[in-house]
Amino acid sequence: MEAATRLYYRYFPEKLLGEVLTKRWSDNLVPAFAVLLVVGFFLARDPGFFSLASLTETSRQLAEFSIIVMAMGIVLLAGGLDLSVGSVFALANITALICMNLLGWPVWATIAATLAVGALCGAVNGFLIGYLRIRAFLTTLVTLIIIRSIVDIILLRYAVAISAVFPDSDFWFFLGEGNVLGMPVSFLVAVAIVLTWHVVLTRARFGWHLSAVGGSRRSAFNAGLNVKRTVFLTYVWSGVLASASGLFFAARLGSAGSDTGVGLELAALTAAVLGGNSLGGGRGSVAKSVLGAIVVLILTDSMVRIGISGGISSAILGGILLLVVAIDVRWLKNRHKILNKVYVSPSYFKLPEMPETDAGSGTPYALNDRLREVSLIGKGQIEGPEVVIFDRHDNLYCPNRHGDIVRFLAPDYDEWEIFAHIGGHPLGMAFDRHDNLNVCVGGMGLYRIAPDRRVEKLTDETNRTFLSVIDDSRLKLADDLDIAPDGRIFFSEATIRYDMHDWAYDALESRGNGRLICYDPRDRSTRTVLRNLQFPNGVCMVGDGESFFFAETWGCRINRYWFAGAKKGTCETVVPNLPGYPDNINRASDGNFWVALVGMRSPALDLALRKPGLRKRMATRIARDEWLFPNINTGCVLKFAPDGEVLESLWDLGGVNHPMVTSMREHKGYLYLGGLYNDRIGRLKLKDADPDWTSQEFYWGAENGSR
Amino acid sequence: MNPAVEKPHDSDVATRRDKGFVITQELIVAVAAAVLFVLFSVALDNFLTPGNLVALVRNVAVLGLLSIGMAVVVIGRGVDLSLVAVMAVSLTVSIVLANKGYGFGEALVIGLGFVLVVALVLGFLVAYVEIPSIFATLAVASIVYGLGRGVIADLDVNNIPSDLDWFLFIGRGSVLGIPVSIWLFAFTALVLYLFLRRTGIGRFIYALGDNLETARITGIPVRPVIVLQYIISGLMAFLAGAVTAASVASMNMRIVNSTVIYDVLLVVVLGGIGLTGGRGGVRNVVVGTALIGLLLNAMTIMDISYTVQNLIKSAVLLLALIVDALLNPRDEQTAQQGDI
Repeated sequence: MEAATRLYYRYFPEKLLGEVLTKRWSDNLVPAFAVLLVVGFFLARDPGFFSLASLTETSRQLAEFSIIVMAMGIVLLAGGLDLSVGSVFALANITALICMNLLGWPVWATIAATLAVGALCGAVNGFLIGYLRIRAFLTTLVTLIIIRSIVDIILLRYAVAISAVFPDSDFWFFLGEGNVLGMPVSFLVAVAIVLTWHVVLTRARFGWHLSAVGGSRRSAFNAGLNVKRTVFLTYVWSGVLASASGLFFAARLGSAGSDTGVGLELAALTAAVLGGNSLGGGRGSVAKSVLGAIVVLILTDSMVRIGISGGISSAILGGILLLVVAIDVRWLKNRHKILNKVYVSPSYFKLPEMPETDAGSGTPYALNDRLREVSLIGKGQIEGPEVVIFDRHDNLYCPNRHGDIVRFLAPDYDEWEIFAHIGGHPLGMAFDRHDNLNVCVGGMGLYRIAPDRRVEKLTDETNRTFLSVIDDSRLKLADDLDIAPDGRIFFSEATIRYDMHDWAYDALESRGNGRLICYDPRDRSTRTVLRNLQFPNGVCMVGDGESFFFAETWGCRINRYWFAGAKKGTCETVVPNLPGYPDNINRASDGNFWVALVGMRSPALDLALRKPGLRKRMATRIARDEWLFPNINTGCVLKFAPDGEVLESLWDLGGVNHPMVTSMREHKGYLYLGGLYNDRIGRLKLKDADPDWTSQEFYWGAENGSR
Repeated sequence: MNPAVEKPHDSDVATRRDKGFVITQELIVAVAAAVLFVLFSVALDNFLTPGNLVALVRNVAVLGLLSIGMAVVVIGRGVDLSLVAVMAVSLTVSIVLANKGYGFGEALVIGLGFVLVVALVLGFLVAYVEIPSIFATLAVASIVYGLGRGVIADLDVNNIPSDLDWFLFIGRGSVLGIPVSIWLFAFTALVLYLFLRRTGIGRFIYALGDNLETARITGIPVRPVIVLQYIISGLMAFLAGAVTAASVASMNMRIVNSTVIYDVLLVVVLGGIGLTGGRGGVRNVVVGTALIGLLLNAMTIMDISYTVQNLIKSAVLLLALIVDALLNPRDEQTAQQGDI
């Protein structure tokens, strides 16, 4: 039974589903499915629909329509709405016809004039909505009528004259009816426009500004974007695109009917929202618009073919609009709830029987009170000193949760100052050969602080895993590091699926979401060296120049990884079954290693780790405060030998003086303790330790003149 | 209760206290209407003829009824673009049924039932599904119109069966020398005035138009109140439809494609009911209706073509929207995402 559970959770792609849902392109799956459904339906009903002639004609219409829908999509993306596209389309049509048929202008001048007219209409909309901040819906509804009235007035005067003349231009006909490689010109131009806008929206600054403004207008403003101009420009582009579409229509049909573009805005809006562009902005893409355009075009075309009356078909279109808007509104409102339900994906994990920790048990883990006597540094003055480290002048450095590196001044550590500000939440720290302080910053990446306090980013991304769904190139939670003698920095990233404050989710999953990464300062490259680790945490060089220890917190074990030498690339478990969750590892003066256990295992949680279904229900049905959490309140410090033998443990049962231990650092006969949620640093006199030993000198040798 | 709700500041923004005399948008519009009336009487030959005045008054009554319906929704920070479609199609339902042999009273009741169903659906979509009112009403308008043309009636124009003098009296008769339609408008205006100003639910509409979230937190049943708004606007549309049908003895569904709905918006916005919600009242509708009714009538008399009329009306509406935006700037604190 348990084997079945294990196999199910190892191979069933439940995690994949959650990750797909976090992707923006997953919104496109529904409209893409709708395309297949509609196409399939009409293919079954009427195979003639997809004959080559019909397809050519359809693709011309699609070109015109999808440009309009894309225009609508762009405006929607920035949080607006443009109902005047249909009228602008009609105005562009009539403008092009007047230029070609009546004025006899060359084609390029016609194109320029038509696009200029569209841009002007868009600029009016944009000025009113962007700069005067009138509501988009009503404004464009009114400009719809105004432009439509102008079209009607022009039509009354020139319609007869236009239809009496045929323009004498091969290029004009080529534009309307020509083919290149068997494909209509307008279709190819539309493809080019679509691709360009795809690149603009996803890769260019302007496109990002659009998403930002549409996603949160106020935040965009606070971030320094010119919100008004951005909104203004969306309408200008919408006008230009609508007129481009009208231009093709004019070239194709050459007729100036009074019903040109009537109701187009409703169809375009339906298509845009059907494709997945959100009303209210922030979510939308060119692909969505095109998908929506295809569905709506096929639907309306088919309704005409089947012979549904105009009234009914507009009612059907209205019904579809209502439906898709309703889905959009509900989806936006509930998306994060659904995501919460499926994203967290616990897996099966079986820990060995927990070692005894009773006081009289005789194991090295036996409880004692050796940490009770710690004296405190900086009590109440520091928040979240996850680790502590010393420079060559005995000054003490620790991070805080505000993103600062705090320096306590030797020898008494009463005075402190902010050494440097980075941001994020700095975690692991290590000095390199030249006394630069290298810091892993949760949420930001790997940073270096020079002795002159200059902060420099070393890396915040690594190579992306092939076929990964979520983007794992960005560093989410760089945790601890150590530096090889050749200068390479090996650091752990605890999880690629969650941000730092969501570490509890990762514990709940107990899946190998973390990895080890190597930063090479020689060519400034970053490369992932080992994946699928259970919350890799502390990293510490063994000292042989070719391997290091690292702790897997939720895996309750310590491993050794060889990055050079004969065993290069292999990883062995050194301490397999700890009674708690290991955090940072550091060198001890006697050649052994210290490791902090941030919390102790409990039988209930160990059992729950073998019941992924239980944890899944827990994650989705009850509040986070009610979960079974890994205990991170009571822990201890262990000392282990390089071969993995655990030698001794230091406990503080009450946790009164120093509640949480996430790290420890031995320095000149004292052991200094850090804790992620503590407001103090602990200091304990070690009886048998070498009073002159410092980790920095031991590892890098005596001062080497860089300072 | 929130002081802003206790004393609706329908005039605060446009107010300038000057020697105890308050100038409001409402007052400006009223004066403008009076001036225009005098001006047209002098300048236009056919203006003061009895025939024109009757036509003017009838149109004003219909426009006014629709505008009251729109006003109730706009005060609650919505917009009802389905008014004209509901007006035309509901009366068409009644007329078609009457022509099929139903008693006309019975047919009217069924038409009213149709209105209620549409209003409930609309209210549900806006209040419970939370579709922005502007989309919901636009889509419902096109559905209702499509039903009307595709399912309910074969023809766009449907004539009322003969010998229904009691019904035509609504549109054509007069009491004490004043047309019945005006009495009807006056009565409705009074009822809605009392409803909005004097009843708890009326105050709730202002409260949720002012700030929906606050109203919700205060404990006002915002969703049912929103549904009620659409029921009221539907009833107004039905009344307006009855007056229209009674005055010309038929109902023409093509009116949906005309720009009447924008005239209604124009009345509401020009009258001084801010689109941001929570302000204005029936008085604003009355003066707005007077002004717009006069303008429309004058343009018709001056023989301005339909398309040019549309151009002028929509330009004025745009101007009104700009002024509204400048006088009642949108409050970014309470403006909602997707409130476009």
